[in-house]
Amino acid sequence: MYDFEYHRAASLDDAAGKLKSADDGTLVAGGMTLIPTLKLRLASPSDLIDISGLAELSGIKAEGDAVVVGAATIHAAVAASSDVRAKIPALADLAELIGDAQVRNRGTLGGSIANNDPTADYPAALLALGATIRTDHREIAADDYFEGLFETALDAGEIITQVAFPVPEKASYQKFPNPASRYALVGVFVAKGPSGVRVAVTGAGLDGVFRVTEMETALAENFSPDAIKDVSVSADGLNADIHAGADYRAHLIGVLARRAVADCT
Amino acid sequence: MTDTGIGAAVRRKEDHRFLTGRGTYTDDINRPGQTYAHILRSPHAHARIKSIDVSAAAKASGVVAVFTGADMAADGVGGLPCGWQIHSKDGSPMAEPAHPPLVTDKVCHVGDQVAVIIAESRTQAKDAAEKINVDYEELPAVIDMTAAIKDGSPLTHDDVAANICYDWHLGEKEPVDEGFAKAKHVAKIDIVNNRLIANAIEPRVAIGDYDPSSGEYTLYTTSQNPHVIRLLMGAFVLQIPEHKLRVVAPDVGGGFGSKIYHYAEEAILTWAAGKVKRPIKWTAERSESFISDCHGRDHVTHAELALDGDGKFLALRVSTLANMGAYLSTFAPCIPTYLHGTLLAGVYTTPAIYVEVKAVFTNTVPVDAYRGAGRPEASYLLERLVDRAAREMGLDPADIRRKNFIPADAFPYQTPVALQYDSGDYTATFDAAIKIADVDGFAARKAAAGKAGKLRGLGYSTYVEACGIAPSAVAGALGARAGLYESAEVRVHPTGSVTVFAGSHSHGQGHETTFAQLVSDSLGIPFENVDVVHGDTGKVQFGMGTYGSRSLAVGGEAIMKALGKVIDKATKIAAHVLETSEADIEFKDGQFTVAGTDKSMAFGDVALTAYVPHNFPHETLEPGLDESAFYDPANFTFPAGCHICEVEVDPETGVVEVIDFTAVDDVGRVINPMIVEGQVQGGVAQGIGQALLEECVYDESGQLVTGSYMDYTMPRASNLPNITVANETTLCAHNSLGVKGCGEVGAIGSPPAVINAVVDALSDFGVTDIAMPATPEKVWRAIQSAQAAG
Repeated sequence: MYDFEYHRAASLDDAAGKLKSADDGTLVAGGMTLIPTLKLRLASPSDLIDISGLAELSGIKAEGDAVVVGAATIHAAVAASSDVRAKIPALADLAELIGDAQVRNRGTLGGSIANNDPTADYPAALLALGATIRTDHREIAADDYFEGLFETALDAGEIITQVAFPVPEKASYQKFPNPASRYALVGVFVAKGPSGVRVAVTGAGLDGVFRVTEMETALAENFSPDAIKDVSVSADGLNADIHAGADYRAHLIGVLARRAVADCT
Repeated sequence: MTDTGIGAAVRRKEDHRFLTGRGTYTDDINRPGQTYAHILRSPHAHARIKSIDVSAAAKASGVVAVFTGADMAADGVGGLPCGWQIHSKDGSPMAEPAHPPLVTDKVCHVGDQVAVIIAESRTQAKDAAEKINVDYEELPAVIDMTAAIKDGSPLTHDDVAANICYDWHLGEKEPVDEGFAKAKHVAKIDIVNNRLIANAIEPRVAIGDYDPSSGEYTLYTTSQNPHVIRLLMGAFVLQIPEHKLRVVAPDVGGGFGSKIYHYAEEAILTWAAGKVKRPIKWTAERSESFISDCHGRDHVTHAELALDGDGKFLALRVSTLANMGAYLSTFAPCIPTYLHGTLLAGVYTTPAIYVEVKAVFTNTVPVDAYRGAGRPEASYLLERLVDRAAREMGLDPADIRRKNFIPADAFPYQTPVALQYDSGDYTATFDAAIKIADVDGFAARKAAAGKAGKLRGLGYSTYVEACGIAPSAVAGALGARAGLYESAEVRVHPTGSVTVFAGSHSHGQGHETTFAQLVSDSLGIPFENVDVVHGDTGKVQFGMGTYGSRSLAVGGEAIMKALGKVIDKATKIAAHVLETSEADIEFKDGQFTVAGTDKSMAFGDVALTAYVPHNFPHETLEPGLDESAFYDPANFTFPAGCHICEVEVDPETGVVEVIDFTAVDDVGRVINPMIVEGQVQGGVAQGIGQALLEECVYDESGQLVTGSYMDYTMPRASNLPNITVANETTLCAHNSLGVKGCGEVGAIGSPPAVINAVVDALSDFGVTDIAMPATPEKVWRAIQSAQAAG
């Protein structure tokens, strides 16, 4: 790890100010990706601005027809939240499947989606549920937010504050973990909600999370596993590595989508 | 049996300190004035070093010194020695390329040591390393063994033709050819034993220390055998005489073989400590462990089994390529030969066996022993081949095994591949395992699984291994450059408590408990009154260390021998005090009694008298009660057993779940059943890891793809079933305790049981083979191709 200046932000404004004045500053909340990157000397930020304790970024609350989760909320809190469990159980299930207990007690929702790792779990939930990302400047629809591998619609210096998840009629997340890292080799989030039926896939796409519209159309007509049993997902554009070829990932998307539909509650 | 003696499930003495964080591992040790080393490693698999410029690094903040291979060579430092010499079929000795601790002209694998930077802090050492400018000329690398031995392949070492270290064979060809000529069926298999990385929880650590006033060097290191390190490093690498070199291996957090060897960092740090005259510590980072700890397994084998019409084995032919990696590690050459080829009879009466093994250099991390070392490779190919033969001939896999077992009344049994098994009862372990695993109920369980959309399979493995390594005369005749005896000292203190100094080394095996049980049992003294010391050449007289399941069968026997001497001496003292002849003294339950009288003396009183010898006849009776012994075994020991695995496969995803695992092992007499159960469970966990999860993968250029836990899959609790462990015992015929060894049986017996179960589960699709690790993708693909083939 190279040397850097550490700052604990006093407020959201303070964090934004410190980030702006730093040479090459970066925000840190849980640090579950950033700290290993620093330890491997793959990044050398001048300043780390810690936003993990900020009141503006914390808390989970029901807000009309949505559940709003503060960006600095740890995965364990989402998994344990009675609001989330009651309104969007699939989201609580997803949070419970992230990493291990240590990661779930440090890693945050905001950190996960700001990083937009193509094998992270949360992006599938945001896209399938039609969530809205709130920042210190604006609101961004999930559909417009994920822009590819580790790329998002966030501007430089923009800070995620909350994510609003519309409550669906039913939803399920099915994850096939990478046997080594336990990130999603393939993760499929199926939701039937205000934005219609959505099938979002993480882990598999070369450009990160994506939707399978052919399945969505079929499910909109007939919400049952059988409705998508003949929908084949193309291996084009899917990731291939030592754990799974693109064709196997494509196959798993089908299997997991059917299981998600069957599991939808 | 006392409640702390032989056979008692005594709780482990050492666990209190381990579980409360009070262990002392090498990294817990800090010496006054200590500096820190960082090893600059090669990013290339194969490259010539045109130049190294360390000038900027040497001037960097906090840097004490920077050394390269040229500095070590200028000081006359030797290469890392190999402890075992194999001869090829034609009688020529194996190729033994130079293995300098810091390379001089060429790097031969990613991770090869290029320079050492010594600084006031770890970070400063690492910062300075980035300032070293190495001008590499990249060379073509050779990674795949089959390609490596072809004409025109790049050479790992310029002086090793076709990358072949040796071309060895064992057994007689003619009787094997005859067996095949009269065979009614021949089963053939091509099989890969996947390359593994041991991944001990504690990474390797070394501290070099030098005392200019005495000229004494001390090396603290994470080693399974500190005396061997002292011998190899002192005599061959650094030319430091034993009395000026102390090697300490304190608590060690797992080894599994990977901490047997003399590693470059040990020599670099010890040597450099003498140069800078300050202690130096090096602690491997995990990513460094992946590219610098020796790897294990990595065999490619073709095997053929000849059978008569009834399924009786007539002959076996085996041809193996074994990866040595870039250099010869300490024991590497003997693993695929004398710990693999000699085990190919297994538990069967196969009358004729011929095996040939080519050891191959590649631009990869050196490969050496990993839990089981050679024997898992043998049991895996044999048990897969036997299962295949049964399927092809329409025989029950249990029946074909039973038909070919060496019968219990045939011991001692001479195999056609050099070993003579002393004892065993393979039908007994087999029957017990079949009963515990409820094989009779399998068909019903398979049917129930089928209704739930799962494929259920059952797999057997019946194995034997050779451990208790090793009779020195045999080992020497086979190429070992060291003896493989063990030593122990039993020091009885004046008040009757005992310290045992053991030459073997515990890094998870629980020696402090098991050895104390031996003493408690023999001397009739409380278990709490016994402490065991190991892992310090400054305290322990000598030792060959712990590997090859040898600690009890060899080290324990050395302790028993020393205890015998203590009892003999104590009997003399008791006879003197009780005014009778030694012949009249009986020793039982800690009491020396004059036969037929009520005159007796407790062991503690004898001990006190030994150190307060007010009226000893000094011409015939020395004061003191402190005895040492060396024990060289008469033969290997031969644990054997049967493992049965039951799996369920999800045909949609290819995911294999191990539902049930039964291990019935004959490990000889059991001293502590709880420790034996733990050892077997740990071994089975690693075996399931090899079968389903673990694989070390290099890309074509020699970069390690599985260089972290992001890609190297370790077994976790959720991957493992409840493992039922039981013992069926026959005693070792040639040692006093009747013990055989239990450290490796789990890793040796389990992989073929798991894979046979997976193949059984997939057999309805017509799948006949699946390579380790049987990952979901591989299983899915096997189903796809079997279905496509119709």
